[in-house]
Amino acid sequence: MKLLEKLFDRAAPHFQPGGRLHRWFPLFEATDSFLLGSGERAATAPHVRDAMDLKRIMISVIVALLPCVIMAIWNTGYQANSALAAMGLPCPGGWRGHLLAAVGCNPDSLVSNLYHGALYFVPIYLVSVLAGGLWECIFNLVRGHEMSEAFLVTSLLFALILPPTIPLWQVALGISFGVIFAKEVFGGVGMNFMNPALAARAFIFFAYPGQMSGDQIWTAVDGVSSATALSTLASGTPGHALSNLHISWWQAFIGTIPGSMGETSTLACLIGAAALLVVGIASWRVMSGMLLGGIGCSLLFFMVGSEVNPMFSVPPHWHLVLGGFAFGLVFMATDPVTAPHTFTGRWIYGVLIGVLAIIIRIANPGFPEGVMLAILLGNVFAPLLDYFVEQANIKRRMLRHG
Amino acid sequence: MAETTTRELLLRPIFHRNPIALLVLGICSALAVTGKMDTAFVMSVCVTVVVACSSFVISLVRHHIPSSVRIGIQIMVIATMVILVDQVLKAFLFDLSKQLSIYVGLIITNCIVMGRAEGFAMNNPPKASFIDGLGNGLGYGFILMTVAFIRELFGSGSLFGVEILKLTSNGGWYVRNGLFLLPASAFFLIALLIWFMRTVDPDQQENN
Repeated sequence: MKLLEKLFDRAAPHFQPGGRLHRWFPLFEATDSFLLGSGERAATAPHVRDAMDLKRIMISVIVALLPCVIMAIWNTGYQANSALAAMGLPCPGGWRGHLLAAVGCNPDSLVSNLYHGALYFVPIYLVSVLAGGLWECIFNLVRGHEMSEAFLVTSLLFALILPPTIPLWQVALGISFGVIFAKEVFGGVGMNFMNPALAARAFIFFAYPGQMSGDQIWTAVDGVSSATALSTLASGTPGHALSNLHISWWQAFIGTIPGSMGETSTLACLIGAAALLVVGIASWRVMSGMLLGGIGCSLLFFMVGSEVNPMFSVPPHWHLVLGGFAFGLVFMATDPVTAPHTFTGRWIYGVLIGVLAIIIRIANPGFPEGVMLAILLGNVFAPLLDYFVEQANIKRRMLRHG
Repeated sequence: MAETTTRELLLRPIFHRNPIALLVLGICSALAVTGKMDTAFVMSVCVTVVVACSSFVISLVRHHIPSSVRIGIQIMVIATMVILVDQVLKAFLFDLSKQLSIYVGLIITNCIVMGRAEGFAMNNPPKASFIDGLGNGLGYGFILMTVAFIRELFGSGSLFGVEILKLTSNGGWYVRNGLFLLPASAFFLIALLIWFMRTVDPDQQENN
């Protein structure tokens, strides 16, 4: 460690302004602080004594995401292995089949499930990190910005909200779009008004609907049709949508159902939520708002009922465990950059997203799932909400102190 | 503006003072008709004809237009031109006219046409106004064709309806990008074009 430190100290002058390699300072700084930590101190007031800096916030989010990652890997493998077992096939062909031959494809085996899932999740994640990281590097080098850990969160979130069968080039294209258009063109980390991971997903969702929606993509076995719970419900009989569904509420809660990799397990999301709330990163106001909005809106639809639309008859407690509601609530809507900064604004923002997500799910026949679009729409409204809350406050104080 | 040459009048609006990229006018039709090269091309020609002719006519009568009703008279001239163009399209290019649907009629409200009439033709002689209108029409067409080129190539794998990238649905290798078929994609493309044009020509950047 001493040796490494000396090495970096000796190299440092070259990267300072005026040095030979000053253009590459962002890369040097990133490697330096990744290996040795940042020795930077605040030089001017205000001096806030807090161990929580951007670096720690981002790393905490990644830690909070770990339960979801593990569930994503396990469930992807479990779904694939179950589908193979149901068809009576041993192992799939291709390179994954070769690698799987050692452990076999058994849905009852933890190792096999994790291994099989990892063969899908890890490539997607790696492509997401590399392709997005490349753009991040290019923009930071040109602008002389320091590299930020925020990108690690974006790339992990993006991998978690994709179906396991997504072609890898689409992953690269999606994350490139998300990083460039949702973040870098607005000035980089902290300047984005939309969640880059969600923008990336929205891009491939609209660009390649064949690989992002339908029944064929949620289980990583060729030709297996496994609809997500929400699209099963949408095609159910009006009034009794649940009778069509062959999973229990607890299955949906724990997450042993087909879906985007990281979103299926409400339990894992709750563990992550607890972690984020304990360390005070995620806003409980946004979370509660979205929860209330979702429950309220779905309850309203449930009580009104419908003769033609089966989605009306899905009770609120089902809405919360299906699709991306929990994942969006915990990890997407609470993104501190794209959510409002005022407390009242956060409440309204949460409720808005919750209500919109349910409305899109139930009332829009085009999309079985609405959380992604609802959060993106919420992001767009966030600055406006802040503005109105501020204006209302100014007006109130004017009246009081006039 | 008085001392500009004909050449400048014609060429400046294409890149340095582009009506879409710099003035951000006429965005509506630039989103709507750029899904295919042929509709974009016909639209560009229509707008160019309308801007050039209406600027010419308005400039001819500019000394006889009372200032208080000038907008109404400009609109009347423009509307006449648009109706003429629309009729010609319906007579000779019926299919394309169907595809362009309402957007030919909407040229009347295209801000570029009004903008040139109000901003240039009212104060300049007919010949200069005609050239200026022509230049602005070409500037509009330049953006439209560029956007349509990218949208049709990546969205449908073809140009002017001729297959360039063989689609997977026809047994080829190219997976069509559905986003480029949606009008929203034109926003990104125009934004990228503006970014590009302002990098090449920093004079277009606003002062911060």
